[in-house]
Amino acid sequence: MSVAFPPAARIAPGRGDDREADLLARTWASPPGIRGWFTTVHHRTIGLRYIATALVFFTAGGVEALLMRLQLARPENALLGPQAYNRLFTLHGNTMMFLFAVPIMEGLAIYLVPLMIGTRNVAFPRLNAYGYYAYLIGGLLLYGALPFGGASDVGWFSYVPLATLTYSPGKGVDVWTQMIYFTELSALVVAVELIVTIFKLRAPGMSLDRMPLFVWSMLVMSVMIVFAMPAIIVATTFLPLDRMVETRFFDVAAGADPLLWQHLFWFFGHPEVYIVFVPALGIVSSIVVAFAGRPIVGYTAMVFAVVATGFLGFGLWVHHMFATGLPQLGMSFFTAASMMIAIPSGIQIFCWIATLWAGRPRLRTPLLFVLGFVSLFVVGGLTGVMLASAPLDLQVHDTFFVVGHFHYTLIGGAVFPLFAAFYYWFPKVTGRRLGEGLGRWNFWLLFIGFNATFFPMHLLGLQGMPRRVYTYSAELGWGSLNLVATGGALLLAAGLLLFLVNVAWSVRRGAIAGDNPWEADTLEWATASPPPAYNLRRIPVVTSRYPLWAANGASGNVEGLRIDRREVLVTTPLDAEPDHRALLPGPSAWPLALGAATGVGFIGAILSPVWALIGAGLAFVALVGWFWPRPEPGRDRREAVP
Amino acid sequence: MMASAVIVRHRSWPPIPAFLLAMAVGGCDGIQSALRPAGPQAARIAALWWVMLGVGAAVLAAVVATMLWAVLRPARSRAQGARPDGERWLLLAVGAASGLTVVVLFGLLMVSAVTGRALSISVPDPLTIEVVGHQWWWEVRYPDPDGAVVSANEVHVPVGYPVRLRLGSADVIHSLWVPSLHGKTDQIPGHWNTTWLLADRPGEFRGQCAEFCGIQHAHMALTVSAEPPETFAAWRQAQRAPAPAPTDPSSQRGMEVFLGSSCAGCHTIRGTPALGRLGPDLTHLASRRRIAAGVLPNDSDHLAAWIRDPEQWKPGTRMPASRLGPEDLQALVTYLATLR
Repeated sequence: MSVAFPPAARIAPGRGDDREADLLARTWASPPGIRGWFTTVHHRTIGLRYIATALVFFTAGGVEALLMRLQLARPENALLGPQAYNRLFTLHGNTMMFLFAVPIMEGLAIYLVPLMIGTRNVAFPRLNAYGYYAYLIGGLLLYGALPFGGASDVGWFSYVPLATLTYSPGKGVDVWTQMIYFTELSALVVAVELIVTIFKLRAPGMSLDRMPLFVWSMLVMSVMIVFAMPAIIVATTFLPLDRMVETRFFDVAAGADPLLWQHLFWFFGHPEVYIVFVPALGIVSSIVVAFAGRPIVGYTAMVFAVVATGFLGFGLWVHHMFATGLPQLGMSFFTAASMMIAIPSGIQIFCWIATLWAGRPRLRTPLLFVLGFVSLFVVGGLTGVMLASAPLDLQVHDTFFVVGHFHYTLIGGAVFPLFAAFYYWFPKVTGRRLGEGLGRWNFWLLFIGFNATFFPMHLLGLQGMPRRVYTYSAELGWGSLNLVATGGALLLAAGLLLFLVNVAWSVRRGAIAGDNPWEADTLEWATASPPPAYNLRRIPVVTSRYPLWAANGASGNVEGLRIDRREVLVTTPLDAEPDHRALLPGPSAWPLALGAATGVGFIGAILSPVWALIGAGLAFVALVGWFWPRPEPGRDRREAVP
Repeated sequence: MMASAVIVRHRSWPPIPAFLLAMAVGGCDGIQSALRPAGPQAARIAALWWVMLGVGAAVLAAVVATMLWAVLRPARSRAQGARPDGERWLLLAVGAASGLTVVVLFGLLMVSAVTGRALSISVPDPLTIEVVGHQWWWEVRYPDPDGAVVSANEVHVPVGYPVRLRLGSADVIHSLWVPSLHGKTDQIPGHWNTTWLLADRPGEFRGQCAEFCGIQHAHMALTVSAEPPETFAAWRQAQRAPAPAPTDPSSQRGMEVFLGSSCAGCHTIRGTPALGRLGPDLTHLASRRRIAAGVLPNDSDHLAAWIRDPEQWKPGTRMPASRLGPEDLQALVTYLATLR
């Protein structure tokens, strides 16, 4: 284990005859044409849809951010009025958290996890398709309602009583709560999907202690989603009930406490940040291992650190509430808990550095983004420790210091790893590499632009600039730093444009990548790039953490799995011993129908509660159609396994 | 109650390293800066910030330097890293670094806890001031045996005396924040939060609402005037009096305009029949430096402009535009200027 492994042996795609490949392809292919578009249950198609949709929303969120930066560039600027500004920061926060950050991580997991664990699809393919539709409908609702006065202007946190009907009449907040339902549904669906897929569909031999760190991090993300979402489901059930049917969950006059909302919201909201960040840990681990060309230093420590991050992520929501007048004792506890989460993050960073130290790092664009990530994330983590300190938080809470801090953790901690992931896995998805020269420009523009945008915000916060203000007077002395930040935002935007240019160019003209261009270690690289519909020709038997590097990493393939119908091998949760074969459902339009039914229910409820019942009725019909017994696919086929 | 208040002494922190770092990071001045403390609480927090900054800068430098060295050092020395015993050595290094992290965090936790304890002030029978947040201004009340003295957007405190603030809200959540004196405390409907302020030098310290409270959150500012105790006592005595009756005909007319228009529905002027509670108490309006929660200087021109069209300065404000003719408006402003 101590010497760097040369990329010695690869699992061959399989030398079976073409008839076998043809049959596999026919079994797993989505229907052609427009029908396939609406009925596909293929995990890679759905994963790519998540990623593409999330990137569209990312662009929208970026434009919103740029508008806000332009407004704040000068004191007393008149580009945007207060209402437009308040709507923009609300929309920006919602877009980036609910419609970009979480979905894109989920999309990446849906695309990569089955490939990495050596199976042919996720555990519940139709549910998977439904999850995407729910997400898409939520996003379309939020943006589609804008022209009809459906823009919320109370922030992504929607504190009560400001978000109650008394102080926020109109439909903006209602649209927000319904959008939350869709993204919650989608996230829960994906989480369940991934947990079952990871525990039950791993290639034989891939025991938990041989699982790639990427898969570990996606598992932790999914478990976090399952535990964090109920809090916001409760909160966003109370609020629309208050607004639509006049319950009094948040009516202060009726003895309600507005702090209930904050507890519920942040019990979800703080783990949410780690739901976005934990997958990034997996991305970075994959890339560090591949580019250092050697196994990770401290695999067990890394796994414990990811799991610990998942746990501790739930222990620090109260540090959003240090200024609310809570008792000192509670604040001390949450100070300690919040600082403690720096320990697992530290362990991970030390392990990556040690791995790079001991390996022979190749400084290509993905690794460049990883190095950028580490430096930015350390800054974000350190300012996080500062925010965790109750006394210091009293000064910097709700100021631009916090805005600077969380952009360092979210952009530094998740978007930089995402870019690393784009550069790293693009060849797998398209068969071509992203341009390396453009990639370096891309990195440096983003890195410099990012620091110029967000570093000055820390200083602005200390100089007393609160967040969520649409303007400020010249005498406060915040003008020049704000101007620098706006200039940085323009650079950042240029960097993102350059990335789009690189993608557009490389999709058609990029260098042909080959199956495993980075000489990486995990199973997704064991098949063609882009992979065929069935992922791997043969399901390998895994005997190492680094199956593509170890000569004995995969000894043989699974025999006896039918290829004339959608059959996958189910293994035991811990040791991945073969357990039984399972038949996965094929293409279906019912997930789309159920998505439409949910859409009718939730969106209609904004207008009248009756629509919730109509939606439930339609959903029932769709579910009957979904589960209606029909002949098993492949049963009547004569072509059996040779 | 002033008599029983005590002057609280505190250790002042050496400002030299703070100053040097301030120069280094591009100047942390500005009239609302948390790093220009005017009282022991803000000074303690500022000192904590400099400690945190120092530790943070050291950690960042160490991590980035190690990482860059790991990636960029010459291949020759890299070969040594792959020695057969390399793994154990690396794990030890990771363990040591993690242990160091724990120690540093524990240190910061202790410094933070000590600072937290030092922030609390408690004296028996202190001067208490109530500040109630409204969309988008502050109501300031000085409880008094003869009926509270009510003002708006300006808090007067005596230098060297700890002041207890009772913080409430009339509508949504606001947060009172005067960075030169102390960190922020939320004002939550249904709660009365308490915080303490202690100014150790005279001056005017600007503060601003820190919790997003709606469309004009950006324009919800207030000033804390710290004055020598005698000045403060004189100011308070003057504020106790009801508004002086107008003497000249123009002011007389102005008062009639005030009482005859919608103004009186929202504003109070003690000594007149106007007892509205929705807007700021205007009894001693002319003694304040700014109007509209810090938005405009308090002079006749700005007052007239504000009354004519508040939306122009604060879109979304609760105060409606007036329909007064130019002469009525002039008389009204003349009258308001007499409310010293």
